[in-house]
Amino acid sequence: MGIRFILMVNKQGQTRLAQYYEWLTLEERRALEGEIVRKCLARNDQQCSFVEHRNYKIVYRRYASLFFMVGVDDDENELAILEFIHLLVETMDKHFGNVCELDIMFHLEKAHFMLEEMVMNGCIVETSKANILSSIQLMDKAH
Amino acid sequence: MSSSSTSIMDNLFQRSLEDLIKGFRLQLLGESNFISRALEEIRREIKVTDLSTKSTALHKLSYLAALHGVDMSWAAFHAVEVVSSPRFQHKRIGYQAITQSFHEQTSVLLLITNQVRKDLNSANEYEVSLALECLSRIGTHDLARDLTPEVFTLLGSSKAFVKKKAIGVVLRVFEKYPDAVKVCFKRLVENLESSDPQILSAVVGVFCELATRDPGSCLPLAPELYKVLVDSRNNWVLIKVLKIFAKLASIEPRLGKKVAEPICEHMRRTVAKSLVFECIRTVVSSLSDHEAAVKLAVAKIREFLVEDDPNLKYLGLNALSIVAPKHLWAVLENKEAVVKALSDEDPNVKLEALHLLMSMVNEDNVSEISRILMNYALKSDPLFCNEIIFSVLSACSRNAYEIIVDFDWYVSLLGEMARIPHCQRGEEIEHQLIDIGMRVRDARPQLVRVSWALLIDPALLGNLFLHPILSASAWVSGEYVEFCKNPYETVEALLQPRTGLLPPSIRAVYIHSAFKVLVFCLRSYFSAEESTLSFSAQEFSSASSSMNAFTYESILNLVNVIELGLGPLSGTHDVEVQERAKNVLGYIGMIKQELAEKLNLQDNETEVFRVTAFMEDVFSEELGPVSATAQEKVCVPGGLELKENLGDLEEICGEFLKPVESDSVSDTDKISFSVSKLRIRDQQEASSSSSPPHEASSLLAEHRKRHGMYYLPSQKDDPDNNGTPNDYPLANELANEISPDPFNPKKKPNQSKQRPVVVKLEEGDESRNPPQAKLDIETVNDDEYLSRAIQSALLVKNKGKEKDKHETNLNSGQHEKDESSRIEDQQNSEKKKKKKKKKKNGERSSKHKSRGRNVVASASEQVIIPDYLL
Repeated sequence: MGIRFILMVNKQGQTRLAQYYEWLTLEERRALEGEIVRKCLARNDQQCSFVEHRNYKIVYRRYASLFFMVGVDDDENELAILEFIHLLVETMDKHFGNVCELDIMFHLEKAHFMLEEMVMNGCIVETSKANILSSIQLMDKAH
Repeated sequence: MSSSSTSIMDNLFQRSLEDLIKGFRLQLLGESNFISRALEEIRREIKVTDLSTKSTALHKLSYLAALHGVDMSWAAFHAVEVVSSPRFQHKRIGYQAITQSFHEQTSVLLLITNQVRKDLNSANEYEVSLALECLSRIGTHDLARDLTPEVFTLLGSSKAFVKKKAIGVVLRVFEKYPDAVKVCFKRLVENLESSDPQILSAVVGVFCELATRDPGSCLPLAPELYKVLVDSRNNWVLIKVLKIFAKLASIEPRLGKKVAEPICEHMRRTVAKSLVFECIRTVVSSLSDHEAAVKLAVAKIREFLVEDDPNLKYLGLNALSIVAPKHLWAVLENKEAVVKALSDEDPNVKLEALHLLMSMVNEDNVSEISRILMNYALKSDPLFCNEIIFSVLSACSRNAYEIIVDFDWYVSLLGEMARIPHCQRGEEIEHQLIDIGMRVRDARPQLVRVSWALLIDPALLGNLFLHPILSASAWVSGEYVEFCKNPYETVEALLQPRTGLLPPSIRAVYIHSAFKVLVFCLRSYFSAEESTLSFSAQEFSSASSSMNAFTYESILNLVNVIELGLGPLSGTHDVEVQERAKNVLGYIGMIKQELAEKLNLQDNETEVFRVTAFMEDVFSEELGPVSATAQEKVCVPGGLELKENLGDLEEICGEFLKPVESDSVSDTDKISFSVSKLRIRDQQEASSSSSPPHEASSLLAEHRKRHGMYYLPSQKDDPDNNGTPNDYPLANELANEISPDPFNPKKKPNQSKQRPVVVKLEEGDESRNPPQAKLDIETVNDDEYLSRAIQSALLVKNKGKEKDKHETNLNSGQHEKDESSRIEDQQNSEKKKKKKKKKKNGERSSKHKSRGRNVVASASEQVIIPDYLL
């Protein structure tokens, strides 16, 4: 399926954004998030950004106080996912202007939209910042 | 703020999401309180008819559900209402809520079909995109079926924005409703030739997924994909195309040849590490037969390995481990880097390095590598230490210890492992100690030596993880006591007070081993006495020369020590320990009298002598490895009805048998169930007739007659059981019938010892690997269906292309003309060469075995691979 889920979690372990591309019940989601967050938070900067969890991999990266974690299938290219995370952060940065955790908290739907533009059904469909931002800006004006 | 009564202010103004968030952040404690109050508010607001209020409430609810785990499925209907609003803002919120919370079981799912359809047909492309997004996340079979026509239309939309999303949705639609393939596939393929990078990226993504599930169906599209591979400059697209080719090349080797060169080009030219890595991965996994490509890939891997970036190091090691099985030279070239990685900070890197190292191991370097690894194990944290131990154990025991030549060294290594502080792999070591004892006769002396060292160390008894190892040591010491140098000390070790720390099951093993040692000592004492005149000491090799020094005093002492040690245990509450202790004490009781009187022990008629000889007989039976299929080999003796239906039972106790399912409960259970019920009934009806108890016992007797061999032998003579135990050949015999493999190593100058004989069973040798996880049958069926649909779509496509040829005159569009004429050329060239490829069943992965058969049977046309590609 490519990407299975995307999470944004802060250092205290609070989830700021959760986007799932396969159906999981509430308890499963909570359990999953708890496990993964614990694993990633326990690692330091010297270690690589890939963690194996059950039958898939988690690719994560820390930006300031937020951890971006993407759960992918085993055969996905990890470096490409890292690039994708970076792209996401850059796009949000451009849109919000020096994005920080609060921006995401208060404008959660914008973040969701950005993600929806970039990833569809678990596959990355858009990688150009300009395209993503233009459609979001248009959408904002549309209502 | 904390009062529960609502004020007028609260009622008049609805809190927006922003207010909610702000309020939440201001709460330092009492978060759940805050949430429940907010929920109450939301419940009130959401029932209002005004859509604005409703949608704000829904918005807040989605937020809470997404981040704080609040259940929002009760609001499903309200979400549907909100979505029907003409305002975009509301639609957005509604769709967001729907995608977040709807799933297959949501009852109102049917209601949104029409709404989604309306939105898909909308002129506003953003509404369309909302609807498409929704469909992609929650699409069910029904939704997919109903909305396929709309998706089809959108696939041809002029707006790239919409088209791209429609392509993204297609995958989900296909998955849920395979018939959609017939409709949409053609348009999908057309988009492969699109020049718009957005579209291309989306299409390639879809094909990547399809190729993963069923490479065969995408094979005919290889030419278009090849063009993309060569022309595209977009890294993302290239990565996906590479993945597709990786899957295709594994089923069509000739494709690999064609693709190898462009891939190498990319590897050389590109700067992007992700692309390089994908190329490497493609080459080593699917193109591993192309030497030039592999060499280049390995060179690139080397570059990764020497980087400081832990990510690259990890990926380099990963790639190396994929290439290792076929190209061991690559691993050996990079040996230093791998060993260095063992001490890296990152546990992932360390693990990969460990696995790589184990793949390099063979009989020459096994001791050297084990030495290095043991040193690392001592220095590492517990987790990695156990990983090391486990991988060494599994590598060495593979295939009945294939790579071990020097078993003495290996056995002492096992003992060493037991002493590593963090060792938690006790069970595996236990298994191997016993296994080696059974299979390798020549290793037994060393085994006994190592076990003895472990047994006499009182410190080890306190370590919970080592208990299995101690159990194995005790067993070995008892079973192969003839190699023991000092059985007296062994017995002392087995009975030391600290053994109280052991769990009862292991303690039982200890006691039983002490028993075996005792019997052995007595026997050898008697034989020594006996053979003072005759030299029958041949049986007892040099190992026992020291034992002939048994004197009467030492034997008496031994017996006393054992009696003292086991005396207290005869009253212990654990049944097993008590029983074993009593066995030994009983035996001692039998012989003690005569021993104390120091009767003429040469006399064969003494009780002592006879009893000891008898016990020694019991213990001298050699235990060998038992094949896992041994039971099946035993043929069922004639007259034994295993499958007979217990139909007669119905009449006798029908009312008791009814609640029991006939297929789920075995016959024996049925009997016991009904019999026990009868008994209970007995007790309840004190004045009942005597027939039920009679029936119960007669049933039992009947059952026993039929299935007598499954009953434990009873004390009284049962005429049924007389002949049966002997019908079953002993398990040992089967093992001994199969000749052990003679192993002739190539003579190496520095190897003085020949490898000892290892008993292997031809079949049924237990492998310790966990069984492969069974594939979910359902997904296999779904995939089957989908791939069949794609198959037929492609056939239609081929036929359709012919039709296009005829219709060129009718269609005025230049684009289509070009397209169809191009296809026509291709078709002609195919026809001219007339190469038809038959799909081989063997090429299929096991997942699609059944489908392969179906396809070959049902496909009227073979799938043609265009020739210029081969």
